Amino acid sequence: MKPSEIPTDVPEPDEVTAAYWAATRRHCLSAQWCVSCAAYQHPPRAVCINCSATEQLQQVDLSGRGRVDTFTVVHRSPRPELDVPYTIARVRLAEGPIVLTRLEGATAWAIGDAVEVAWADLADGRALPIFHPHDG
Amino acid sequence: MTRSGGVSIVGAAECDLGSTDLSVLTLQSQAITRALADAGLTLADVDGFATTGVSRFSTTHLADYFGVRARWCDSTFAGGSAYEMMVARAAQAIEAGQAETVLISFASNQRSARSRSLGGLVETQLPEAQFETPYGPTFPIAYYAMAAQSYLHRYGGSSGHLAEFAVAAREWALLNPAAFRHGAGPLTAADVVGSTMISTPLSVLDCCLVTDGGGAVVLTSTERARDLARPPVAILGYGERTTNASMTAADDILDTGASESAGDAYAMAKLTPADVDVVEVYDSFTITSALNLEALGFCDTGEVLGFVADGAIRPGGALPFNTSGGGLSYCHPGQYGVLLLVEAVRQLRGDAGARQVNGAEIAIAHGTGGILSTQATVILGVDR
Repeated sequence: MKPSEIPTDVPEPDEVTAAYWAATRRHCLSAQWCVSCAAYQHPPRAVCINCSATEQLQQVDLSGRGRVDTFTVVHRSPRPELDVPYTIARVRLAEGPIVLTRLEGATAWAIGDAVEVAWADLADGRALPIFHPHDG
Repeated sequence: MTRSGGVSIVGAAECDLGSTDLSVLTLQSQAITRALADAGLTLADVDGFATTGVSRFSTTHLADYFGVRARWCDSTFAGGSAYEMMVARAAQAIEAGQAETVLISFASNQRSARSRSLGGLVETQLPEAQFETPYGPTFPIAYYAMAAQSYLHRYGGSSGHLAEFAVAAREWALLNPAAFRHGAGPLTAADVVGSTMISTPLSVLDCCLVTDGGGAVVLTSTERARDLARPPVAILGYGERTTNASMTAADDILDTGASESAGDAYAMAKLTPADVDVVEVYDSFTITSALNLEALGFCDTGEVLGFVADGAIRPGGALPFNTSGGGLSYCHPGQYGVLLLVEAVRQLRGDAGARQVNGAEIAIAHGTGGILSTQATVILGVDR
């Protein structure tokens, strides 16, 4: 994302999302992991939606790799500071969870493309994960 | 075919459509008074309201505005599927004796008021505000565009094939004097594909209109309905699913809740897709029509683009589909689901003029809300 496109209004983390955002400060992509049932989930929640546990949820580091689940090239943007076109995608991470993100670093994309995480730094020290092509 | 007792729609009407420069409450008043007049009833007969989009306290304000001490209210907020859900809830309330005559109404002046934004409404307390909004997804179109991309990749076909849903909707609108695009002339697939790209693979003519408009339906017991002004339209079955709000919750973006919603409705009605004469589905985008037509069981999964390619859903085709011209060419005030019901009622009464489906006895209305988030189905039939 261009510097002019970096959002300045990403909400402050809350008690559930703080660990996710803290990991982004060291450019680490993470997801919530339930120790009780060994399931990932994203975004983080106060409960495991697989086994209903509320006490055994940890934020764990991920590989940062995945594949394009689907995408769209946006030609009419919702905010004037966003320069079109840009590519919005669902990426299925290697560990399973799906994230919404931007795809950058290629001129054309296809479903199934291998991608790896890159980072767009926010002014407050947090960072937004975006994805670039990955050979493999 | 009618379940013992049962509930029917006895009045149906649109408010003014298009670009009206009228307030929401004036448009609501038009829809409500016209639907009551259609039924031969007045406000004094109404003891239940269901609506959204008036205010935070929508039914409260409607009851106040119309001077009704309501025995029953519902403001289920589920976007384009809300009005099909409200039919189910109202039917249950009437069967339980909690209400006798329920008005389900919606109106919006979103075109006149220029109140629609490409980004949608961001609620900062929700996960999407932290995990999705920062990337600048258009809402809801980015999600439908990703679903379209996924569909075309998985099953083959092109945006030109998807365009048939816009082309067919226009053909129906040319037969409907109330349609926003009634006088606009026919469309071709090339027109759709060549129109301004919004979010690949969806161009502006793949997207529903942004208009003012709305409508109302009046429900009461079928027993009472038989003494009223117009032939009752019986509520034969209904179903719904609520599945996701975020853009990442669905493991398979094409696996919506629509087939389950429709399955419940068919089971209740003891009917199958082969029994249905008229299909009215929410066509927020061409891909929404495609996914819903498959989910409702009118063709197999992955085959809808071939199914419609020979004109099957155009006037005179094998499957009368979105006979008003739909959200794509007739009217789209947001939460268009109420107008699916109005058109279904008109078809079942034989009131649909040049677009009338001859001998229509069973209609299905299916609303889709949010980003394929909520689905609700109502099956209606001529009273027997």
